[in-house]
Amino acid sequence: MDFGFKLNPSSAVNLDTVDRARYDRLVQLEPDALTCIGCGSCSATCTAAPWSGMSVRKVILGLQRGQDDEVDSMLSRCMLCGKCTMVCPRGINTRHLILTLCRLNRKGEIVR
Amino acid sequence: MLGRDIYESEHHTTCAGIAYHCDTLPQETAMTVVARQFALMTEAGYDNLVTSCITSFGNYTEILETWRLFPELEAKIRENLWKACRREFEKPKYVAHASDLMYKLRGEIAEHAQYQLVSRSTGEPLRVVEHIGCHYSKMFPHKGVGGAEYPCVLSGMAETWGGRVIDYPERRHCCGFGFRQYFVKANRGYSLSNTHKKFESMEPYHPDMIITNCPGCPYFLDRWQYVISEMNGKTYGQNGYGIPVLTYEELAGLVLGVDPWDLGLQVHQVAVEPLLDKIGIPYDPARKYLGLDEKKIMTPGLPTSLKCC
Repeated sequence: MDFGFKLNPSSAVNLDTVDRARYDRLVQLEPDALTCIGCGSCSATCTAAPWSGMSVRKVILGLQRGQDDEVDSMLSRCMLCGKCTMVCPRGINTRHLILTLCRLNRKGEIVR
Repeated sequence: MLGRDIYESEHHTTCAGIAYHCDTLPQETAMTVVARQFALMTEAGYDNLVTSCITSFGNYTEILETWRLFPELEAKIRENLWKACRREFEKPKYVAHASDLMYKLRGEIAEHAQYQLVSRSTGEPLRVVEHIGCHYSKMFPHKGVGGAEYPCVLSGMAETWGGRVIDYPERRHCCGFGFRQYFVKANRGYSLSNTHKKFESMEPYHPDMIITNCPGCPYFLDRWQYVISEMNGKTYGQNGYGIPVLTYEELAGLVLGVDPWDLGLQVHQVAVEPLLDKIGIPYDPARKYLGLDEKKIMTPGLPTSLKCC
């Protein structure tokens, strides 16, 4: 039946059922990821962000929430220019973090 | 039945809370409408005000607090009221929500109760979801019993009358009404999704009923169960039924032995018969759609998915 409005899918994330293997492996390889404060400086300075949706902040958040599709989509658009590394107030080598992440599959195994 | 001196005026109108929260009229207009209600109270010789609507309760409380902080505004409203209808008023000594009164009288109601919120077949307490209207204590926490974090006005009633209140993750989430979310059709999906979130959260706890202390909340918790069932075939009660939704007044009436059809439970979207059967409250199915003087009121069509009696 068409009521003229719809039931929107929930955006709630159930952290009890999320598989965080990829994030946990990333933290092992790049412990700096734990120091991210989510300030968004990386996203603000990203050349590709306005038209590609790339955001290191959202990548880390997406990994913690098990949103692998969104993470892979963003990673595929990164041009590895390294501007995000230059502005990170915590000194995280975000460019290296992205490269490390690209080597991991969704189960956290090194495949490249 | 409980021997209280309650006066209800036929001249009482809306508190204008809906229009105020929808931004269709300024607060000064809403204040003048409320001032008229206070004038009715004063003219009838009463000092205290009881409201059954959560938004009205929030509205009255907000206005009295505003007048306390800005007395010049109160003077202006008094002038507005005099110009509009030649009325004057005293401010109520105490504004209470009707559920506060019912909470206070819950022990007395339990003494007069003919039924308890207990399953007749198993002897177990019924599992009750309580939903507090947002404007009851989220705006002025100290005005609600238990405050904003732990309002116990409904859980106190349910437990006194034999039920067991169940806790669930989205217990304090809005019912989905939210005036602007509902009245604008384009936003109505937001309202529906909001209520859907609550149903999904409470479903694993298998509630036997939902009780509310706001007139708006049961409407949405009741009607949206039908809409969700029509949209995706999902029902939340047992055996294809929905979860019956009652106001605290209806629940008090039921435990005191008032006939379910005299309480108006036949106009609910979700069938209440499974709940009545569980408690053991007798009802006459033939009288369900008979109104005053045994005149037949209209019989609704049946939903596609949601099972109704």
